[in-house]
Amino acid sequence: MRNPLRSESEAFRFLLVVIVGALVIVAGATVNTWLGVAAAVVVVIGIIWWLRQEALPGTVEPAHKVDPSTPAGHRVLVVAMPGTSSVTVSPNATEIVVTVPALASKLEAATGAVDDRRADAEQTAVSLTRRLSRPGVSVRGEVGADDPWLAAEDALRTFGADAIVVAGDAAVADQIRGRVTVPVSVG
Amino acid sequence: MAVHAEQLDHGVHEHPPEPHYSSRISPSVLGMFLFIGTEIMLFGAFFTAYFFVRVVAGTAWPTPPFHLPVFVALVNTCILVTSSFTMHWALQSVKRGNVFGLRAGLLLTFLLGLTFLITQGREYSRVGFAPKDGAFATIFYCLTGLHGAHVFVGLSILLFMTIRAFRGHFSPEHHHGVEIGGIYWHFVDVMWIVVYLTVYIL
Repeated sequence: MRNPLRSESEAFRFLLVVIVGALVIVAGATVNTWLGVAAAVVVVIGIIWWLRQEALPGTVEPAHKVDPSTPAGHRVLVVAMPGTSSVTVSPNATEIVVTVPALASKLEAATGAVDDRRADAEQTAVSLTRRLSRPGVSVRGEVGADDPWLAAEDALRTFGADAIVVAGDAAVADQIRGRVTVPVSVG
Repeated sequence: MAVHAEQLDHGVHEHPPEPHYSSRISPSVLGMFLFIGTEIMLFGAFFTAYFFVRVVAGTAWPTPPFHLPVFVALVNTCILVTSSFTMHWALQSVKRGNVFGLRAGLLLTFLLGLTFLITQGREYSRVGFAPKDGAFATIFYCLTGLHGAHVFVGLSILLFMTIRAFRGHFSPEHHHGVEIGGIYWHFVDVMWIVVYLTVYIL
């Protein structure tokens, strides 16, 4: 949903939309008060529809595309759901980042009451990081956003993965596969 | 929050946890949503009273023998809408490094806002009824007065912004103060349009 007060430009654009709506209402009310009321209802519905046309900031930017010609199997991003106990990663991997989305309900996400979810995700990240660590391999884990795709996208911004392994959820793998050029597998 | 393999045996909770926000909702966006929510509730309370007085109770609007100064309010609306354009001009100017545009835009916005408030005060003195003159009059003063209070706050913000602009505090890289003030001013403008349509037009 678009936040009309996100920036001055956005607020000004919202004002212009409201002015146009107001002119429609005034035109209706000039003819008949009830026509003006009907116009107001239509305008309010129209503005709500318009506000819902854009996603929140951070969800609309495309992920960084990684060059597929880069030799595969060196830098692996693991996306694991909370509670995942094991994951299979290529033995060629030299650098692994494990991101675990802190899956939260909409209410929890909106109110910021995600401490328990983040604790669960951190526990999984620690467990998988420990399990994947071996000599010569750099492994780190992190807690991601409350959506698997967002968590993967955030991780890709700072970690140019050659491959992505999704642990525990094939549907998430399909979702990520459709939005990046990096090989995505289920581990 | 990152957990390195080599850190696992040395404890990762030796410091307070990092503040967290997901990329879905940042604190600033959440804060703005909460602000909008409180404003909706505040104005909503008065609009609910308006609805009950006018629709449920069927009170005549305006209650005879009183009349609403629709034309003066229209002029005032044009003044306030114009002030939003000058506000937008000011911000666009500072983004382009145009100091004159910034200062002129903010000064014009302040003067237009002040004109709006003075005109509203003048309207109060000549409208011919007081808040004690029935439910219609009470709701009229509450809605327009609540908005007037928002304009007063906006003018205070604008005054500081204008002073800072003349002291050279803003630049193309650093103008967050103008941005925030501009958002508030446009919000006040939008609310006036809603109040104007509700009280004067419908």
